Amino acid sequence: MADTGLLSRRGFIVGTGATGLTIGILASCSPSATEPDAPDYSDLPPNPEVNAWVHIDHDDTVTIRIARSEMGQGTLTGLAQLVADELDADWDKVTTEYPTPGQNLARERVWRDFSTGGSQGIRGSQDYVREGAAAAKAMLIEAAANEWGVPASECTSADSVITHASSGQTTTYGKVANAAAQLAPPLEVAVKDPSEWKIIGQPKKRLDTAEKLVGKQVYGADVQLDGMLNASIKQAPKIGASLKSFDAAAVEGMPGVKKVVSLRNPFGEGENAVAVIADTWWRANQALNALPVEWEGGVDFSTAEFEAELDDGLTAEDAFVGNAGGDVAGAFENAAQVIEATYNMPFQNHACMEPMNTTALYTEDKCEIWCPTQNGEAALAAVSEASGLPIEQCEVYKIHLGGGFGRRGAPDYVQQAVMLAMEMPGTPVKLLWSREEDMIHGFFHPTTKGRVRGALDADGNLTGLHLRISGQSILAALIPQALRDGVDYATFQGLVPRGVDPRLEDQTMKYSFDNFLIDHAMRNPPVRPGFWRGVNLNQNAIYLECFMDELAFAAGRDPLEFRMAHLQDSPEAAAVLQAVADRSGWGQDDGIARGLCVMHGFGAYVAACAEVTVSDDGVLKIDRIIAATDPGHAVNPQQIEAQVEGSFVYGLSAMLYGEITFENGEVQEQNFDTFNSMRIAAMPEVETIIMPSGGFWGGVGEPTIAVAAPAVLNAIYSATGKRVRNLPIKDQNLRDA
Amino acid sequence: MATLKVNGETVTVEVEDDTPLLWVIREQLGLTGTKYGCGIAQCGTCTVHVDGFAIRSCTYPVGALSGEEEITTIEGLSDDASHPVQEAWAELDIPQCGYCQPGMIMAVAGMLNNNPNPTDEDIDAEITNICRCGTLARVRKGIKRAVEKS
Repeated sequence: MADTGLLSRRGFIVGTGATGLTIGILASCSPSATEPDAPDYSDLPPNPEVNAWVHIDHDDTVTIRIARSEMGQGTLTGLAQLVADELDADWDKVTTEYPTPGQNLARERVWRDFSTGGSQGIRGSQDYVREGAAAAKAMLIEAAANEWGVPASECTSADSVITHASSGQTTTYGKVANAAAQLAPPLEVAVKDPSEWKIIGQPKKRLDTAEKLVGKQVYGADVQLDGMLNASIKQAPKIGASLKSFDAAAVEGMPGVKKVVSLRNPFGEGENAVAVIADTWWRANQALNALPVEWEGGVDFSTAEFEAELDDGLTAEDAFVGNAGGDVAGAFENAAQVIEATYNMPFQNHACMEPMNTTALYTEDKCEIWCPTQNGEAALAAVSEASGLPIEQCEVYKIHLGGGFGRRGAPDYVQQAVMLAMEMPGTPVKLLWSREEDMIHGFFHPTTKGRVRGALDADGNLTGLHLRISGQSILAALIPQALRDGVDYATFQGLVPRGVDPRLEDQTMKYSFDNFLIDHAMRNPPVRPGFWRGVNLNQNAIYLECFMDELAFAAGRDPLEFRMAHLQDSPEAAAVLQAVADRSGWGQDDGIARGLCVMHGFGAYVAACAEVTVSDDGVLKIDRIIAATDPGHAVNPQQIEAQVEGSFVYGLSAMLYGEITFENGEVQEQNFDTFNSMRIAAMPEVETIIMPSGGFWGGVGEPTIAVAAPAVLNAIYSATGKRVRNLPIKDQNLRDA
Repeated sequence: MATLKVNGETVTVEVEDDTPLLWVIREQLGLTGTKYGCGIAQCGTCTVHVDGFAIRSCTYPVGALSGEEEITTIEGLSDDASHPVQEAWAELDIPQCGYCQPGMIMAVAGMLNNNPNPTDEDIDAEITNICRCGTLARVRKGIKRAVEKS
């Protein structure tokens, strides 16, 4: 494979020749491999890449190309571990860089998918990434064998050194990388058996920590280009409203202001935003706040009123069936006891710490953006669409994300940045949303309600279960072509049948029930929904797992034993549940209030046991969380632990505080004062049990979010005897609930 | 116009007096380690030190400074990431996305300046920064590690 010349030796130096602008994209994340007395290779031409995944310098620095975006989840380090292990590379000399979406397009998508979501970063690419590394290793060994005139099969590799034992010859990867690059790639490669892994499975430190400790990590909001201007934007605050008028003259004389512009709606008709371009963002934002602007139209949507529609969905005749078996009607007819509960979940905002932003530079024949995005190729398409330029004349330089959580897959802010840059041809413009814009114009985790009914026989056995989900379909709004006969199967994450659709096999129901029905009454509000870390698994876990707890108590049975009675077909789920129960001391008569939860989602089996205290005046303290995950293979245990801990912050923040409400079509929670997030005082100790059973690749970033809230809610019941079914808890008194 | 002393250097910047210190640091001085998160002193990602005390720079007007205060940003906390908090953060591999971490580190370093042996209750009261990735459990461990190193 030929080097396109687009990739520089160490990170990307992205230049725009016409204007003389340069910016170093800081994708190289490892300390330099150069030692003080290292040989000088500056007279040698740089080595070409070995293949698309691997570049090796003369000094044996291994640069691994990472297609997926790093947004905190550790995928960059994990993917580098996969490649380095298959390559038999010296981990201490590994660094990484992002290829660009434009390069991927030009090279016929050699790096395949850039999108980063669904806890797919590693499990969705591990096979071809490892094969790419194995191919590179084979080429390096072949190059050394050719040089020595020995069979490649007699050569071995370890720590970036190739050895021919019988002749005693050794060389390093850096010395044969150029020759290896000239060889044809092997037609077939075999990847290692997990028993041979040396770097995969090790708790390696992240490759991207050092710069984050000294303020040198560059995020999208930090991009600096020569001559760059800054923009702040205000979008119609009311759903569906458009721009009526604005008085640019009123602010054009304010300090630093260069231009006041209106912007068309990236997703609809007409104009729906105004922006001020100024020398600094602060001045742009000051002028924007002073800008007289009028809006018109829009939808008088109110979350309080929408509850009636959700309630209608809870009992409606028509619903999409997601999973069913046996005779559920008969089970309820013959029940000795019928239990029913309804749970209520609000809208959530992703609330990435870094608000949405993109920097764009437009000329008549090129448009480039510097963008923190979870989906580089979608961003590239958005640049082409917004600029009207052919996609080959567009480029996206991916910048480290200050959080993603699903929000940064959307192209709205990308299109806006391009529109702004087109107002200033030849001058780069950085668009940064204020926190308020970020809160108001989210792609919100949908509001849903769940009504669950259970039939128990006289012996306390669960004989029938009906879970009705009422609420918004994300796919219907964002990817309607993904609906199947109108059904949004993603709504049923964690609840779908086994063996029906390979694409849903990572989201199957762990329990086995004789008679059950799980269905969805789609009730779509005029709010744009989004994929919010954990997506629909989160509320489905609350519906199913809080209700299993309610059933167990109604049946007079132990919640652990009650669950285990239905986990006979999912030994992995049973194992993680047993693990958290054992670690927590479940069943001990020690006065500690505990709650359990177990789920299967994103290809992993996860469970939690929460321990809480609730004071006499109703104040909750979450004392301890035991979490367990079986992700199949565990690439980096210490990063999995970090993800599990972090997922509890995300899930419990939503349970405790998270709620986006609308009045008259406008978001009411516009900053962290009203959309709070967990602080350290509320953070429990988290003990993570990583129990990879091998044989499959499960996700890590998302699944344990789902078990956070149900475990705590069930523990609250254990402490108080009260069920909390409306979230967030916020200021509910848990003794009066 | 404002004169201020940042990381040991005295600088004069042409800005309106009501400009928050955060934006002067980021835009006039080009020190982008200090982040914008909320603009209302809620999230703490903009935390810097003024005379050794942690403050939230997003609501601190530059005009309120006399020019004599010693302002320290994450770039000036140490020359080589050798501050005990930075070392503890490296050992425990705390940052995830890392966007909030300059503010988190500065908040912790500011607390330790004035309270070298904080109790858990002190930590709960004084460290109120938001981290959406959820590093909070490791942050508490990191604080304790930093105390051991100090």
